[in-house]
Amino acid sequence: MLGEHGAFILAAYGVSALALGALALSTFLQGRAVRRRLGELEARGVRRRSARRSLS
Amino acid sequence: MALMDLANPTRFLALSGRVLPWLAGAAVLALAIGFILAFRAPADYQQGETVKIMYIHVPFAWLAMFGYTLLALSAIGILAWRHPLADVSHKALAPIGAVFAFLCLITGSLWGRPMWGTYWVWDARLTSMLVLLLLYLGLLALRSAIEDASQAGRAVAVLTLVGFVNVPIVKFSVDWWNTLHQPASVFRMGGSTIDSSMLWPLMICALGFTLLMLALHMAAMRNEILRRRLRSLEARAAAEAAHA
Repeated sequence: MLGEHGAFILAAYGVSALALGALALSTFLQGRAVRRRLGELEARGVRRRSARRSLS
Repeated sequence: MALMDLANPTRFLALSGRVLPWLAGAAVLALAIGFILAFRAPADYQQGETVKIMYIHVPFAWLAMFGYTLLALSAIGILAWRHPLADVSHKALAPIGAVFAFLCLITGSLWGRPMWGTYWVWDARLTSMLVLLLLYLGLLALRSAIEDASQAGRAVAVLTLVGFVNVPIVKFSVDWWNTLHQPASVFRMGGSTIDSSMLWPLMICALGFTLLMLALHMAAMRNEILRRRLRSLEARAAAEAAHA
């Protein structure tokens, strides 16, 4: 289907999928980690000034 | 809502939280349609099936340059207005642009080997694209080398604007110098030289990758805003613990 140079085509698509998948996964995991840490701090009562004002 | 009202981290978080899932969904949909059309498109009469690499290589090249242009606009925002979102945008986009530039070079090499007989030549297009990747990596290295965040932001902004001179060099290198790389065949005077059976899949793939880059940029900006909030809350928590 991909002819005699199929390995080059598959390698190009494979490397691209791997790199973009890793980038998307790392962005997602970083976001989840920072949101979890913020949640822990807020649960301990540490909030931003603007959040405190809106609570009072 | 005025544009400046949106240029506020809290409003950006609220708005991007609503837009991001749609943007990511549209990117996946456009890429799925683009790849289906690309793999149904005819083989090129000279290059055969290796033309399939065009559907990813060309969008990566465009987006590596587009990403650097967005970085330059963010750099102006940092230097002219010292806007925090401009710095967030710059920091979030640099690694994404670097990945697109890297993929442009790798997929180009994998296309070049069967067509040119070599993975690499030091011609003006390939070399200027390599310089673009090195600029991206230099920006990442410079930011991580300076401890003070605002000083780092200004330094990378200056380097970004200096390096922007390379973007038109990448674009016009095939016109200014005699290169092994082919001249422009999509955006050129006189119209595209690519048949519509290949042009449409290419444009839809390019749209999909553009939406993907914007979605990744938006998600990374959200992460960076939250990371900065986390650092400030941790500093406050540490100060309160010291006073207690």
